[in-house]
Amino acid sequence: MRARVYWPVTIAAALLVGLLAYGLTTTGSDTTLDDAMARGERVEPPSRDALPALGSDATGTLADYEGKVVLVNIWASWCPPCVDELPLIERTHEMLRKRGGTVLGINVKENSKAALDAVDKFGLTFPNLRDRDGSFVREWGQSGYPENFVIDRQGRVAAVRRFPVTQEWLDKTLPPLLDEPA
Amino acid sequence: MRALLAALLALALVAAPAQAQRASLPDIEDEVMCLECGTALNVSTSEVADQEREFIADLIAQGKSKAEIKAALVDEYGPRVLAEPEDDGFQLAAWAVPVLVAVAALALVILIARRWRREDPPAGDDAASGLGDDDARRLDAELAAFDR
Repeated sequence: MRARVYWPVTIAAALLVGLLAYGLTTTGSDTTLDDAMARGERVEPPSRDALPALGSDATGTLADYEGKVVLVNIWASWCPPCVDELPLIERTHEMLRKRGGTVLGINVKENSKAALDAVDKFGLTFPNLRDRDGSFVREWGQSGYPENFVIDRQGRVAAVRRFPVTQEWLDKTLPPLLDEPA
Repeated sequence: MRALLAALLALALVAAPAQAQRASLPDIEDEVMCLECGTALNVSTSEVADQEREFIADLIAQGKSKAEIKAALVDEYGPRVLAEPEDDGFQLAAWAVPVLVAVAALALVILIARRWRREDPPAGDDAASGLGDDDARRLDAELAAFDR
């Protein structure tokens, strides 16, 4: 009898451990982008899915900005470091706009009213898409707030900045990409 | 006077269910997730949770029902905002594991019950004493030796 119980219990325990391992490996942050950046490679964006636009019924994707240098800014008004960074991001958008680029905001896990209040408060003029539940940015290996990604004119991810950007980092990263041909 | 009382009573009976269905923040909070914290809203203290609570409170103030508020939450934040696992991918495990564990527990109970039934002693003198055949024979031999 003991042997008859041993195997089912062992198999059940192994299945539960396997389930736990699967859960841990599939819910952790994806480091594909970071690994590519560390190797100095430019890679295709992990996701180009269409997202709802903030403040309208339209949708938008990265493909709408083909040929432009795009600074993708992940933000939410409930995130103090994101809010602190917004004036710099807006200034960067003004600069990019004049040189064939743009900032594309991805507002995350926020209701549209709160997000639009922040847009008004900070006078943001760059386009914003809504990642309602954070599933889009999870594919980009998001691990905190804010995060910034730079897309080159060929539509590849050229730089990743986890957590807030600095003027120094922007000055070092953006001009060479803006100088590249489309 | 009697007619007035009857009218008031009727009004109270009509109003009571409406009052009972009125949405409240505590009633909704435990069925909604704080999207950033991964916990139910009623135990979340983050700024995301505060913003979600504010969103719900605004809808309550507008007189929306619980169902309408939950629909508005899904519309604004997506289906993951509700505190129930999705029925695809890894989230499916949240539905499947309890069922599988219940089936396994039932199977274990049946297995143990059958084992107990098999171990019930058969009727008879030796069975009543709780001795097996070998032990009974040995006991008889010992007693016979003792009598001598």
